[in-house]
Order: sequence, then C-alpha cells, then structure tokens
Amino acid sequence: MTPLLACQDITVQFGTNTVLDKLSFTVEPGDYLSVIGKNGSGKSTLIRALLKLCPLDRGSIVTADSFTRRDIGYLPQQSGIQKDFPATVWEVVLSGCLGHHKFLPFYTKADHMEAERNMHRLGICQLRKRSYRTLSGGQQQRVLLARALCATKKLLLLDEPVTGLDPAATSELYDIIRELNEQDGIAIIMVSHDMDGGLKDARHVLYLDEKTQYFADADTFRHSAIARQLEQEHHTHAHLRKIHYSREDAS
Amino acid sequence: MTGISGLFSPAAMHYIVPALVGGIAVAVCAALLGVTLVLRRYAMIGDGLSHVGYGALCVASVMQLAPLCIAVPVVLAAAFILLGLSESGKLKGDNGIALFSTTAMSIGIIVSSKAGLTNDVSHYMFGSILALDKGDVILCIVTAVIVTAAFLLLYNRIFAVTFDESFSRATGIPVKAYNMVIAALTAITIVMGMMLMGTLLISSLIVVPTLSAMRLCRGFRGVVIGAVSLSVGCFVLGFFIAVILDLTPGACVVVTNVAVYLLCSLISWIKGAE
Repeated sequence: MTPLLACQDITVQFGTNTVLDKLSFTVEPGDYLSVIGKNGSGKSTLIRALLKLCPLDRGSIVTADSFTRRDIGYLPQQSGIQKDFPATVWEVVLSGCLGHHKFLPFYTKADHMEAERNMHRLGICQLRKRSYRTLSGGQQQRVLLARALCATKKLLLLDEPVTGLDPAATSELYDIIRELNEQDGIAIIMVSHDMDGGLKDARHVLYLDEKTQYFADADTFRHSAIARQLEQEHHTHAHLRKIHYSREDAS
Repeated sequence: MTGISGLFSPAAMHYIVPALVGGIAVAVCAALLGVTLVLRRYAMIGDGLSHVGYGALCVASVMQLAPLCIAVPVVLAAAFILLGLSESGKLKGDNGIALFSTTAMSIGIIVSSKAGLTNDVSHYMFGSILALDKGDVILCIVTAVIVTAAFLLLYNRIFAVTFDESFSRATGIPVKAYNMVIAALTAITIVMGMMLMGTLLISSLIVVPTLSAMRLCRGFRGVVIGAVSLSVGCFVLGFFIAVILDLTPGACVVVTNVAVYLLCSLISWIKGAE
C-alpha cells in the first residue's frame, strides 16, 4: 500500500532553534497516528508543516497521487474568538465545503447535501439552527468535526481535540473519532498531550520531545522504555496531585 | 433649522435629499464591514483610520490639493500597515492604532493651525452632511455599490475567514488577500464616512449596529442583515430628529444607534430571562 503521506527527514528551524529535527514517519490510508508530546516539543510546528503553512528547511512531505495536502480535514484548537461568535451550526458546517471551489462565490447543491450528510453522521442535525456559541464544548467539537469532514474524506488532522472537555465528553469524542476511523476508513492524525486517551485507539505513535523523537506502531510503543517512563511520570503526577488535594481537604 | 413644516419645502429638499442618499450609502457600507471588524476584534481600526484620514485631509487642504486624492491613498496605506503589523505580532492591534491615530492627528493639527485653517478642519472633525454636493453623493453611491458587491461575492469566504482563520488557511483560502480586501474597503468607507459624520463619530457607525444585531440574532447571516437594517434605520431616524430639532446630525445618528443598542440589549435580556 502506498502511504497517504510520507514525511522524510523534515527539519524546521526558527533562527538557530531547531524545532523539528530530521523527522520521518508515514501515514497509510485508514491509519490512526497519535502524536504525543509535551508543550514546546514541536507539535504545533508539525501541524503547520503538514498543512503547508510553514516552509521546511530540509526534507520533504510526499503524498499519494490522488491526495494533496489540501485534502486534510483540520480540527484546530478552539480559539477565543469563536466563544461569542454569532453563527448557526449549519453555517459553520457548510463553510467546510469552501475549499472545493476556487472562485465560485456561492455553495452548490452538492455542498448542501455534503453538509447535511456530515451533520447526520455526527448526530448534530437537531442543532442546525442553534447558535454555535450556545453549544457545550463537546457539541462544538462535533460541529467542527462535521466541518472538517466536509473538507475531506481521507485524512483528519486533530489538534488537541479534547482540551477543555469534561471526562464524559472526552470519551465520547474519542469514540466518535474511532468510529470515523474504523467504519468510514478515514485516516486520523491526532496531536495531543493526553497520554491515555491519545494511545487508546492509535495504530501508530509518534512521540516528540526536545531531544527524542520516536515513531513506532502502537504495540511496540506501549512496551518501549519511553512509554514506561511517561507512565511513571504520569503516576508520580497523579500521586502528587492526590497528596496536594488531601492536604487541601485537611486544611 | 426647519421644524416639521419646513421639512418638505423645496429649499430644504435641496440639502436633505443628498444628505439622506449619501448617509444611507455610508451606513450600509459601515454596517457590512463592521460585522467582520467587530467579530475579529478590530473594532478600533475604524477610529484609528479616521484620525489618519483627518491628518491627511488637513495636509491636503493646506497644500490646496483635492482632499480625497490625498486622504484615500494615505488611509489605504495606513490600513494595510496596521493589519500587517498586527498579523506579524510586531505591534499588537490596539497599540498600533493608538500610535497611528495620535501621530496623524497631531500632524493635522500642527499643519492646519500653522496655516490658520479652522473652518475646513472643523468640517472634517464633525462632518458636513448638510453641505454635500452632487459629486460627493455620487462618490458615496459608488463606494456603497463597490462595498456591497464585494461583500456579497465574498460573503462565504468572509464568513470563513472571520470565524476561523486557521481552518481557512488550512483549506487553502488566501486569508491574507481577504484581509487586504477588507482593509481596503474599510479605508474607503472611513474616508467617505468622515466627510459626512466626522472623524470623531464614524467609528461608532461601524461598531454599534453590529453589536445591536449580535444581541438579537444567532447566525452570521442574521447579524449581517440585522446590522445593515439597523444602521440604515438609525441613520434615517437620527437624521430627521436632528433636522427637526435643529441638532447636530452626526451626533444624533450616533445617539440613536446607541439607544437602539440599549433597546436590543433589553430585548435579549428579557428573552433570556423567560
């Protein structure tokens, strides 16, 4: 199978600061790649590079013949602007179709049907006339996922999709993403700092931090030294938090 | 000035009709552009640009050049530079606007006081909607046609870029180009608007109708249509109040807009409380 997307030795520098250093990985059609790393590990730069928004200093990103990087459906991090933005769910979902037309000023009938289908797929048809700003965090993410699906059927790039969601909405969103991957065969690249959720359904893992980068299939990663170390850190943090809270309770 | 009885006399018509036509044209443009500017937190750009325009007009009248030939390019340049600066993060939004507007204003004041001009200059400060000639009105109409046509043709893309710049960039929409187009249209609208409403008041015509419409409408299209209707309605109402009671038109229009905003807030509050 030819990969949908193959990154070969991609390097991005800002001045003397090398943010991505000879990074290589591939994404197959229908793959589920989880990119895990702490803040400052180059995750957002990788996203920008994949979306063609920042130039590569070295290396290349090769895509399958039928696939261009404009075929990536992108779920950006929620920005502050959208919080009070007056837009109906329908308007937001439909705007995902804009990439299909270069100059056409209006949406076509096919665009409307596409938007309808994707709203149905994500179970948000009943929200169509609601204002985006009045939705819960989980609903908002579904709307943005529907918009991303309007842009593509091949690859979704999700940037910290569960940030700010409560545990129930988080697991629900992970379920939706898994379904899109398994049932609809859409390849997923999910960038996250949530270790547990990020690893749960992934088929491949790319781990980034300032010094190391590690690309492996998910099983190999789970048994690697890095995963053990991360788990240990995770437990230590959880443990410290517990102590912290119990102290607060006591006082 | 006239009272109700004199309102429809031929003498009054002579200045009321051009003022109404020009004013409605500018009210439409200001409301359309206001929606995207307010939602992207660029509300103050109108204020900044009008001050830059004031400086340019002062310099133009001292040098005895056609005011618009100087003001439009200068304000256009200022709009591009302000947007460019805030995008590159070198000088964040408000700071750049404050710097530009006070600088241009000071230059205008220095130049005009040195040359002993005060009459023309106060026109630019407070607007001269009752002294529009045929040429001014035609310019206003042309501006309105350009702005409305551009807004309609680019409506879906303006929505996408306003709602979510990162997503738009990712789908290949040239966000920068659209920002430039919006900046250019804003610049032209501002210059036209400040001749009518005055430097000090034009930015409220951009901001307030959108804020009112946002109180009542849930969708983007609703807000656009609402802002334009409220803007035109408030202009007409405020203008006639000013003519009948012999008040300053520009200021009356602004106060009407703000009153409608308060009314809209009240309605949305009552709706929310139900």
